[in-house]
Amino acid sequence: MSTSNLLSSVFGRSPIGPIQKHIAKAHECAIQLEPFFKAAFEGDWQEVESIQKTIVELEHEADVIKKNVRRSLPKSLFLPVPRNDLLEIVTVQDKVANRTKDIAGIVLGRQMVIPQEIRAAFLDYLKRSIATSAQAVRAMDELDELLETGFRGREVNLVEELIEELDQIESDTDKHQIEVRKILFKLEKDLPPVDVMFLYKIIDWVGDLADRASRVGSYLQLLLAR
Amino acid sequence: MSIIAEYGTILLILACLFGFFMAWGVGANDVANAMGTSVGSQALTIRQAIIIAICLEFLGAYLAGGSVTDTIRKGIIDPDMPVLLENPQLLVYGMMAALLAAGTWLLVATHYGWPVSTTHSIVGAIVGFAAVSISVDAVNWGKVSSIVASWVISPIMSGFIAFMIFMSVQKLILDSDNPFRNAKRYVPIYMFLVGFMMAMVTLIKGLKHIGLPLDYQESILLSLLIGLLVMLAGKMALSKIKEDAQADKAFHFSSVEKVFGVMMIFTACSMAFAHGSNDVANAVGPLAAVASIVTSGGEIAGKSDVPSWVLLLGASGIVVGLATYGYRVMATIGTAITELTPSRGFAAELSAATTVVLASGTGLPVSTTHTLVGAVLGVGLARGIGALNLRVIGTIFMSWLITLPAGAFLAIVFFHILKLIFG
Repeated sequence: MSTSNLLSSVFGRSPIGPIQKHIAKAHECAIQLEPFFKAAFEGDWQEVESIQKTIVELEHEADVIKKNVRRSLPKSLFLPVPRNDLLEIVTVQDKVANRTKDIAGIVLGRQMVIPQEIRAAFLDYLKRSIATSAQAVRAMDELDELLETGFRGREVNLVEELIEELDQIESDTDKHQIEVRKILFKLEKDLPPVDVMFLYKIIDWVGDLADRASRVGSYLQLLLAR
Repeated sequence: MSIIAEYGTILLILACLFGFFMAWGVGANDVANAMGTSVGSQALTIRQAIIIAICLEFLGAYLAGGSVTDTIRKGIIDPDMPVLLENPQLLVYGMMAALLAAGTWLLVATHYGWPVSTTHSIVGAIVGFAAVSISVDAVNWGKVSSIVASWVISPIMSGFIAFMIFMSVQKLILDSDNPFRNAKRYVPIYMFLVGFMMAMVTLIKGLKHIGLPLDYQESILLSLLIGLLVMLAGKMALSKIKEDAQADKAFHFSSVEKVFGVMMIFTACSMAFAHGSNDVANAVGPLAAVASIVTSGGEIAGKSDVPSWVLLLGASGIVVGLATYGYRVMATIGTAITELTPSRGFAAELSAATTVVLASGTGLPVSTTHTLVGAVLGVGLARGIGALNLRVIGTIFMSWLITLPAGAFLAIVFFHILKLIFG
């Protein structure tokens, strides 16, 4: 006999869990950049390639989760938050993983050598940028708690603090970026121009990564503002 | 007259069989819906839920099931119609047909997994045979429309209560400095409410037929006492729960939800009780009507009390249905409902139980399924549920609509078959 029951499907699958899983996956992707660049500094291109492969895989996994979230959000689902905002959040989160893939792809593809002089500053900058996505994960982790409290009260304050901190870290990366650019500016006339062009691009993209992670926070704030 | 005298015993035995069949259907289909939220939020295992359901359904049916029975038995059809007074066997056939029709419909619905309302089935069946086979005037349309109104009112009412309960939970516990401590402090008060409310309705409405009449004040005092006992039992159960800092890291309210998990045991009890008190009438009401006509030798407006053996038969039918088939439905519900945490499930169940118990106190047969869906919507509106599938709710609503004509159609068919056999 069939044992499906309509009443049990009244409770649609909540997209909250998958969305949290998605940002966690995107962050996992971003974390890979640190060992990736360390290997690149060493000139260990075999290792660089294997990490790049991991990044591509993780990005793909994030893509799959993203598609699942989108598919599981039909119009007939009654959610405590606007459907569009959730879709936007996933889109923004996905861009974090995409940017990571871009960075890894171009560095490996051109076998870029990063000048000794900027390595330390660059690594600090990168770590700060990854910290932004870590903070985005932390903020998104509160989504189920927000749901439980009905997007009200002290849980909202807590999340707002987390978002505040997220913005703080992001503006930190801006300072780091200026620092790294300054060092590169002094070196650029002694380096091949095309390499310099791409170095600037990488610096831009690392900043972009932080930017995109912090935008996750902005969309979370949008959910709170209702 | 002669038909009743001639076939009285056979008719009564058949009516008992049909009544048992119907009660079996109630147990198999409806109880699973009533208990599903407890199992779904993982506060209870399926085995525990079944044991609770068996005990409390029985108690609810036996202790508080008397007053809805009257509505089903005498409220829908006007028993003083001249046609019926001359041919009392028509009413006997009709009630038997209604039992058989509703039982069959429940069997079909359970087979396909539709959460139909047992109340709908039986009311539809009775109205159907009466309007078509006797006369349109035989139906007490005023009463029917008040039942129909309760189908709208009861989901709204339970939704509203659920909304208020969940808001109070958010205010008092979830949205506070120390949710775990507040949960331990306030949850016993909710438990008190559960005990008090159940005891109150039982005492006021139900105990007459087992020979224990109490006046209003005595009832309140006794209910307060029972409420306090329930609260103490709850406190003892709660004292065993420790804060789990590890689990709280992943989800701040893990420990709090564990407290609500204990609470769910109590609401599951009250839900089972409420369900038993209201829905046993669906099976027992027509059976009681048949029994009173047959035992009085064909007199329709005979004794008004429901004999307690009839209630017993209904109650045991529900229990057998639950034990033989209900576990399967419950297993599906139990594994399929994932977005219902104990705190949400608690709000939904308590309000559904309150609505059903209040309604059975006033004699209105409401559908447990309706109140539960209403309650779930109420919790959802309090922004407490991750996601509700509105399309499924629409489908459920459709199945509610279909149940009425389906019950009516089957009842008409069975009525004519019975008339053919017995003349």
